Amino acid sequence: MHHLGRYFIFLGSLFRNREKLGVYTRLVLEECVQIGINSVFIVSIVSTFIGAVTCVQTAYNLVSPLVPLSIIAVIVRDSTILELAPTITCVVLSGKVGSNIAGGLGTMRITEQIDALEVMGINSSSYLVLPKVLASMIMFPMLVILAGFLSIYGGYIAGTAADIITPEDYVSGLRSDFKPFSITFALIKSVVFAFLISTISSFKGYYTSGGALEVGQASTAAVTNSCIAVLAADFLLAQLLL
Amino acid sequence: MIEIKNIQKTFGDRTILAGVSGKFMPGDTSLIIGGSGTGKSVLLKCMIGLVKPEEGQVLYNGRDFLIGDEDTQKAIRREMGVLFQGGALFDSKTVLENVGFPLDMLTDMGSAEKIDRARFCLQRVGLEAAADRMPSEISGGMKKRVGIARAIVMNPKYLFCDEPNSGLDPLTSIKIDELIREITDEFQITTVVITHDMNSMMEIGEKIMFLYQGKKLWEGSSSTITSSNVPELNEFIYANKLLRDTKA
Repeated sequence: MHHLGRYFIFLGSLFRNREKLGVYTRLVLEECVQIGINSVFIVSIVSTFIGAVTCVQTAYNLVSPLVPLSIIAVIVRDSTILELAPTITCVVLSGKVGSNIAGGLGTMRITEQIDALEVMGINSSSYLVLPKVLASMIMFPMLVILAGFLSIYGGYIAGTAADIITPEDYVSGLRSDFKPFSITFALIKSVVFAFLISTISSFKGYYTSGGALEVGQASTAAVTNSCIAVLAADFLLAQLLL
Repeated sequence: MIEIKNIQKTFGDRTILAGVSGKFMPGDTSLIIGGSGTGKSVLLKCMIGLVKPEEGQVLYNGRDFLIGDEDTQKAIRREMGVLFQGGALFDSKTVLENVGFPLDMLTDMGSAEKIDRARFCLQRVGLEAAADRMPSEISGGMKKRVGIARAIVMNPKYLFCDEPNSGLDPLTSIKIDELIREITDEFQITTVVITHDMNSMMEIGEKIMFLYQGKKLWEGSSSTITSSNVPELNEFIYANKLLRDTKA
């Protein structure tokens, strides 16, 4: 409870005594590159293979000749949009982005860079953390859209290349009984996950004390706690919105 | 002038500062000395607002920094320059950007004016040529000098230096000490230096405060420090064999 209380106080401090808006614009853009653009490669690789594996494993489980093959595409589409693209992408990002945020802030803390900001009269948490949170909330949905597209496309490539399903059946499956709210749901999840990952990781990094060992521990704790928070929020959102 | 009155600080059961008081005058380089763990750095952090003491006052020209309203604290902070032990330079910014950072954040100066001011400060510490280098590309001594340049870029009234010589060779240490003293004289800054370096004490110690187990045991200058009759201070000063032999 003590940590939870500190976390909420930390969140409050992000919005108190903020700097001029122009300062944040540049910082948010820099963080968008750091958090978003620099994660495109890993997100692309992971999502393409997950889509491919989902397609192959779904086909493996379809033993009845009465079930049309287009159902493979339906399963790839729905599992991708509802779960794999937002959740798996964000779990991967909690490792990449979360550890980066916690490690960066932890290092700034132990090398007195955060103290230097405070002494200048700058709200260090707001200056350092708010741009990361905003950039995450902008870039994560974009990465999830990319992941969803590549995952479905990965399923298509794997399915047709392995002769599991014809291109026509796959496309027909993708179009069958599509619920547009699935996309909205995935985007809502990505924004919530982005907030959780960026704030938890920042919290862990910002309050690091000690030396290099503690920075490593803060990064590990950031990834672990972010993953747990993402999975818990995933369940809650599914219960609330579906 | 900076005046501290009865500063007390504890961490858990440990008393770090047990009622430290003192005055630091403009144009003076005042040293706070003592062994490791005697509370020097905590005292400095109390003075610059990074640590809140349980009791006591820190007065900047009569303005109470610790209980002052937000505007007063902000105003006082803008009159401070701090040189941290490791320099505390921002890794992602060049040397020039580091020095110009307070100007970017805290002033409405034009871009050219800010660059001119940052370059002037770099020139003052003899590092104009390193303006475009990253902190990771410069030596420890250069980092300290960049830290000094950043600390003076806003024309501070108060300069705080936390162990400016730690990790430096004796020659570079002396250069840093001379630089601090010159800047203090030139701009009539109230300078407070935390150190346990004997060379610094003898070179720039116009006023010296000795801390021992969180208490001020002695106050004087470099000319009187060797003739004190405080055993703890003598033990600290003559820890070095060479100095012991010289004294004998």
